[in-house]
Amino acid sequence: MDIHEYQAKEVLSNFGVAIPSGALAYSPEQAAYRARELGGDRWIVKAQVHAGGRGKAGGVKLCNSENEIHEACDNLFGRKLVTHQTGPEGKGIYRVYVESAVPIDREIYLGFVLDRSSQRVMIVASSEGGMEIEEISAERPDSIVRSIVEPAVGLQEFQAREIAFDLGLEPRLVQQMVRTLQGCYAAFSELDATMVEINPLVITGDDRVLALDAKMSFDDNALFRHPQIAELRDKSQEDPRESRAADRGLSYVGLDGNIGCIVNGAGLAMATMDTIKLAGGEPANFLDIGGGASPERVAKAFRLVLSDKNVQAVLVNIFAGINRCDWVAEGVVQALRELEIDIPVIVRLAGTNVEEGQKILAKSGLPIIRATTLMEAAERAVGAWQRDLTQNTKVRAVQ
Amino acid sequence: MSILLDRDSRVIVQGITGRMARFHTKDMLAYGTNVVGGVVPGKGGETVEGVPVFDTVKQAVEATGADASLVFVPPPFAADSIMEAADAGIRYCVCITDGIPAQDMIRVKRYMYRYPKDKRMVLTGPNCAGTISPGKALLGIMPGHIYLPGNVGIIGRSGTLGYEAAAQLKERGIGVSTSVGIGGDPINGSSFRDVLERFENDDDTEVIAMIGEIGGPQEAEAAEFIRDHITKPVIAYVAGLTAPKGRTMGHAGAIISAFGESASEKVEILSAAGVTVAENPAVIGETIARVMGKAA
Repeated sequence: MDIHEYQAKEVLSNFGVAIPSGALAYSPEQAAYRARELGGDRWIVKAQVHAGGRGKAGGVKLCNSENEIHEACDNLFGRKLVTHQTGPEGKGIYRVYVESAVPIDREIYLGFVLDRSSQRVMIVASSEGGMEIEEISAERPDSIVRSIVEPAVGLQEFQAREIAFDLGLEPRLVQQMVRTLQGCYAAFSELDATMVEINPLVITGDDRVLALDAKMSFDDNALFRHPQIAELRDKSQEDPRESRAADRGLSYVGLDGNIGCIVNGAGLAMATMDTIKLAGGEPANFLDIGGGASPERVAKAFRLVLSDKNVQAVLVNIFAGINRCDWVAEGVVQALRELEIDIPVIVRLAGTNVEEGQKILAKSGLPIIRATTLMEAAERAVGAWQRDLTQNTKVRAVQ
Repeated sequence: MSILLDRDSRVIVQGITGRMARFHTKDMLAYGTNVVGGVVPGKGGETVEGVPVFDTVKQAVEATGADASLVFVPPPFAADSIMEAADAGIRYCVCITDGIPAQDMIRVKRYMYRYPKDKRMVLTGPNCAGTISPGKALLGIMPGHIYLPGNVGIIGRSGTLGYEAAAQLKERGIGVSTSVGIGGDPINGSSFRDVLERFENDDDTEVIAMIGEIGGPQEAEAAEFIRDHITKPVIAYVAGLTAPKGRTMGHAGAIISAFGESASEKVEILSAAGVTVAENPAVIGETIARVMGKAA
């Protein structure tokens, strides 16, 4: 789960990480009022969306007066911000964060991640802050400092000191840097984060080490023990179909194609998408309905897949292990009867009791296209979709 | 002698009184697995499917001589149960549980390192379908009947995609020595590399099939290990060629976040290491058959 910048800053500051003074606003008027409260004469107004690259996309504005704050906010509120991380549809701006501008001397990159190679928490830092880590590793790989934390004892002070000195910090700033690193690690481990990124962490003209931006992601599997973090969820930043699926215990990712997929198991779901592509089609989604495939889950899955208006054919691929194909087939038939689907549906069943399952599909009298192998299923799905497409185009031409 | 699991393995089921665990205990017994007990704190003295339940793993090991364990414990408590098994002298543990917090798994792995290598428990999973040595024993939730006994060693992240591969093999009359699910989580007990090493030293295994997916460095690490240390033919399939970058595809670990983590990059890295790559999931069985024909 991702959270907003202002939330991440609040979390980190509770763990001793220094941040510039700032405040949240839900309207231009409130933003101007917040700026007055903060004092000073230069502020940064930042769109709060769950995505990086906000600056380049025009979501961060420097303002020198209340008028400029009004103007900046008028441009931001209600708009969809499109950055390289949001996809073309963008993410809605409903909150802005107003922050006092600080004089910047140096920008540092700081990241904490779960390193899958060492299977531990790794700190990644670079003296080239401000750029994204992908750019840094492409252009200035020599500037990157890495350190792995031993989970039994946590981040040690010497490790934090090493990072500070490797980044070329002045000795008088090292202690502040150590406190920042230890604060981030404590937040990461105590709150079950999967990522903490501060980019940039700045050294100000008056020798302060401040987190100018902050991003945090949390382990969904651990939210049960952090209700205060779970509360920070902002559904307006999620794909509505994906959050609806998650609420129903299904795992769904929307894609750009037009062949909807309903599959049990994540690996098989990806493999099914790959086979569709190979057969000349484009998958409309990833959908894992879980190892079991009860009739209710199948029906829910159909509703979810069909809520995507681009879907022009649906491929169901179920490998029945413990549950039996005849049972899954009943579920498919039941769902199709209830939902009155008018696009081609291709069903491939494999595993336990496959013959009985096929019989049930055949006897149902429904126009289900059956397939035995994975490749056959994909080819038939793509074929049916293309046929359906030409037929519909012809009908439209006649009309 | 199969790797990890054999006819003689003495199995306990942790969390045996749960609905799923009961069901699969019955299934494993029917397959011929030597299930000798179960563990649920506070339910010691009960019986499930004819096997005795104990309060602690230590008690179960003392009473039954168990050396293998299957963990069905819910996610918030699963890490604790794995560590309990490691401490009680269990040699091989499969964790089925999906949804264990990643940092719990980091702690589990760190904890297991307190034992010297010859006393250290082997863990596969979590979030996997388990391990089967066809015709001998089943430690997991897979349908036993789709596997024929034979000489192909399978290592995979995904449950149902692994079934797909086994079924394709069965159709061609090809059998499996042992199939090991390493699970779809980012922090897991054993990697492809760990299991490859076991298959290399296993007399029952002639060829090795590796079923990977997007995300993480373990396929690339395996490629390097295969190049330098594996003499048996290796066939691989990597799922997720059509998966977009930066999105989690069902498995917590299936997310492309760095170079070398996409399916096409993994395919390239594996091919360069001399692995025969099945281009698509429909030809996994065919590709293995072809390689075996050549090997024979």
